[in-house]
Amino acid sequence: MSLADLTIAEAGTQLRSGDATSVDLLEAVIERASFTEAQLHCYLTIDHEGARKAAESADWELAAGTDRGPLHGIPLALKDNFCTRGLTTTCSSQILAGYVPPYDATVVSRLRSGGAVIVGKTNLDEFAMGSSTENSAFGPTRNPWDPERVPGGSSGGSAAAVAVGSALGGFGSDTGGSIRQPASLCGVVGFKPTYGLVSRYGLVAFASSLDQIGPLARNVGDALTLFEAVAGHDPLDSTSYPGPVPEMRSDLEAGPKGIRVGVVSELSGDGYEPEVSTAMSKMLNQLADDGAELVEVSLPTFELALSCYYLIAPAEASANLARFDGVRYGLRVDGETVEEMMARTRAEGFGPEVTRRILLGTYSLSAGYYDAFYGQANRLRTKLIREIAAIHEQVDVLVSPTSPTVAFELGAKTQDPLAMYLSDVCTIPADLAGTPAISVPVGLDHQGLPIGLQVMAPALGEAVMFRTAKAVEERAGFTARPALAGLPT
Amino acid sequence: MTTWESVIGIEVHVELGTASKMFCGCPVVFGDQPNTAVCPTCLGLPGALPVTNGTAIEWLARIGLALHCQIAPFSVFHRKNYFYADVPKNYQISQFDLPLCVDGWLDVTVDGEEIRVGIERAHMEEDTGKSLHQGSGGRIHAATSTLLDFNRSGVPLVEIVSRPDLRSAAQARAYAQDLRAVVAELGVSDARMEEGSIRFDANVSVRPVGDTELGTKVEIKNMNSFRSLERAIASEIDRQVGVLEEGGVVIQETRHWDEEAGATKGMRTKEGSSDYRYFTEPDLVPLEMLASTVDKVRADLPELPADRRQRFGDLGLDSPLASVLSGSGPDLRRVFDEAVALGADPVMSANWITGEVTAAFRRAETATAEVRIKGSDLAELVMMVKEGILSSSAAKEALSGVMAGEGSPRVVAEARDLMQVSDEGLIGEAIDQVLAANVEAIERFRGGEEKVLGFLVGQVMRATGGKADPKLVNALLRQRIT
Amino acid sequence: MPIEIDITHVARLARLALTPDELDRYRSQLALILDHAARVQAINTTGLAPTAHPLGLTNVFRPDEVRPPLDVDEVLSQAPSARDGYFEVPPALEGV
Repeated sequence: MSLADLTIAEAGTQLRSGDATSVDLLEAVIERASFTEAQLHCYLTIDHEGARKAAESADWELAAGTDRGPLHGIPLALKDNFCTRGLTTTCSSQILAGYVPPYDATVVSRLRSGGAVIVGKTNLDEFAMGSSTENSAFGPTRNPWDPERVPGGSSGGSAAAVAVGSALGGFGSDTGGSIRQPASLCGVVGFKPTYGLVSRYGLVAFASSLDQIGPLARNVGDALTLFEAVAGHDPLDSTSYPGPVPEMRSDLEAGPKGIRVGVVSELSGDGYEPEVSTAMSKMLNQLADDGAELVEVSLPTFELALSCYYLIAPAEASANLARFDGVRYGLRVDGETVEEMMARTRAEGFGPEVTRRILLGTYSLSAGYYDAFYGQANRLRTKLIREIAAIHEQVDVLVSPTSPTVAFELGAKTQDPLAMYLSDVCTIPADLAGTPAISVPVGLDHQGLPIGLQVMAPALGEAVMFRTAKAVEERAGFTARPALAGLPT
Repeated sequence: MTTWESVIGIEVHVELGTASKMFCGCPVVFGDQPNTAVCPTCLGLPGALPVTNGTAIEWLARIGLALHCQIAPFSVFHRKNYFYADVPKNYQISQFDLPLCVDGWLDVTVDGEEIRVGIERAHMEEDTGKSLHQGSGGRIHAATSTLLDFNRSGVPLVEIVSRPDLRSAAQARAYAQDLRAVVAELGVSDARMEEGSIRFDANVSVRPVGDTELGTKVEIKNMNSFRSLERAIASEIDRQVGVLEEGGVVIQETRHWDEEAGATKGMRTKEGSSDYRYFTEPDLVPLEMLASTVDKVRADLPELPADRRQRFGDLGLDSPLASVLSGSGPDLRRVFDEAVALGADPVMSANWITGEVTAAFRRAETATAEVRIKGSDLAELVMMVKEGILSSSAAKEALSGVMAGEGSPRVVAEARDLMQVSDEGLIGEAIDQVLAANVEAIERFRGGEEKVLGFLVGQVMRATGGKADPKLVNALLRQRIT
Repeated sequence: MPIEIDITHVARLARLALTPDELDRYRSQLALILDHAARVQAINTTGLAPTAHPLGLTNVFRPDEVRPPLDVDEVLSQAPSARDGYFEVPPALEGV
């Protein structure tokens, strides 16, 4: 087995036992990428030089007895909307083609301090707007389980890289489901933390009140390790949670016994592929057999979550993306006046989905519409938060499929924005509520495409969420790897 | 023939003199090399986030309380969205419908009349970068390109909006000046118009006297001194009256004051009015000002000009003297306060401070010698004059000795032999001498020539080397020769 | 119920120089999305305050302390056009 297929935990053990070096791990991952990139296009940038230096440094330090922790020497992939100093950060947009930030995101600084090896920056839907990574200005990423299909989005590049072994773990960002949905479609674990537990400083903003950074990994344990390495208050982010990161390990292996599991009735029915529903029921029964208490719950506001999201996220995005104007960085298309320059730069630099959302957001904030759209949506959001909090008096976690469908074909939904938006119907509530949620792979459908199950918990309820996720993972026994043509074992 | 009334409101922007910017740790600098005090946040780089400067908020509350505002217990920041090259995020973080300070007032005296000007609100926002328009002498029309410096971007800015309670250009000027004095007194800003750390815009409209509806208001910008503020507003009032009297309509617009031309000039009309699409800033969290915090800020407020003038009035100073003393600067006022606390006569002390002491300090500004005076010195000096130990002229000399560092007034007076003689015996001897030498004068006084007494007093003063108490001499002489 | 959208005005507000065809296409797409979102308007939200922060944080401040700024050369290295230490842009059509 190639080192590229190790979990982070396994790799860490080997690094410390001397069975492998960080350079070995990096070389294995780079070699895997050399086979997979042509077909899958997970990466926009591979930082050969920087990663090599970091790996050599890790080996040197570990040998000298300096142990920076579980990510020391581990090769990771970062979504290309994380600012990395000295390394291009494009957000998969023409408007930032070639842009090199002069600073690291806080998450990146923390990873560097932890000795992680940043392999490169992965592909995404432009400015994280999308559910398939087809909105990238630099070409889509393809699903390792079937390259004619999408990996999901917007963190499709990171999810696919972790699935296929061109990184041992990775990070993405989640605004409406952009970590969890691609994780589900690629058969890996993807986790969105409680809003505020991971700093957004240096994450190129899409929708400020929804964005969160989170890990993508081969298993729940690795996801937890990745999360712990970056979580915690950041004075550079005003929305960062000032309290301690929840203790998540003591009950991790405690199993499903006694956990009250709420099954969300609104997140089922027509539009959900039968095998997705079946996989979920099967897993829930297993949990129940082992002592979990299943409770059918109804959260009526969930029916409006999608609409609510599409009145909030684009509004915030329209303001967050206003800074891309050709003045200080990025693309500039000339004009006779600065107004003309800005308008041409933006028209040429942004793709259709981004343009659509900017227009939608601008409209919903404009005079006369603010209260009816953005204002109303934010009041509805309060209602949703209260509804979820009330339900958590009866149940410890909520479960649902992560996505109503498995990976769909490239081009299948690009003509109909509304159809694409429906991919996020299960994931959006946790973004609106700011609550933690994780996707765990539970099986493959008859086409060999991964199915993911989502576990949601109350705000700061990461402990019970990880515990449940671990229990699901153990019972799912999901060990399948994508059988990509030409991939050596 | 219609009589017109002008209705004026003033908007003020104050750059706070904090060490760091409003939402990031960049230094607040002036006149440095361009773009040397910038960071991801104030440059609007992708991924950057704002964090609120706690001192700036405290200073905003201080300004609000000094202007008798209510401090909102719950206040939020908003994004004000508009595209402009020197607004790096193409939105400005500001406050919209939940500002920190509301419903205050400032009493202003103009031409002997006191008016109360309502303060609608005071709120926090961030300043923009600076645009330097190239070509055509730096004026915005017919520029060839624009150079941008973001050093100023993100500097804390307090916006203070008055109610349209002002009724003349003179009133507006007085309000602006008094508001500036309050801000300077609070120590939150240099508040210098010429440096741009305080900026004034005016909203001017006119209506027939007796009308209650407001006329169309015009915003006037680019007034760079108090004098030009008054001139600009007066000019605009005339312009609007002229338009209306000719049967025209005043257009709602923004006009620039052109100092050279002595008139306001319209700018190219924008397409429609601005739609700022305000929404709550999601990168910041709300402000919840506790009553205890407000109390603490209030307790720490320095004495404000109006209150100070009132206190001086209570001490017996007439209005002109109170005003002059109030404007004398904190160091001199401290000397005054200390002297009065030690029992010195307030009016005399004020006269000394605003007269001789101020003159001495002014002279010293051109000299290199250091000048000092303590409150206790002034108190001693004033008391010695009051008790007749020093004549006024002797006291002036003693003061210069004190300020040159020779010691306290008594020490200086003794060293320089300035003490007034009040010993009646000594004076009596001198009077004897003088009367003996001026018999004819005595006859003339007794004959009705009052003026002769003055001559004789002068003689006695000469005989005592100028040290006799002239009042006493006068009284004793009169006794002797009447 | 279809919503009438002045897409030209919206595009101008957002500084997007779109062609008439693009404007037309986006207008109908937006109308569809907003129809969908009209369901939100039907909900009674009286008495509910809008969510400012999911965890209800307030009063986050930093002390008034200076941190080192960015190096000016690194800053200007990303500028599409720079001159004498300034960012350079074409002239403005109008002042604000």
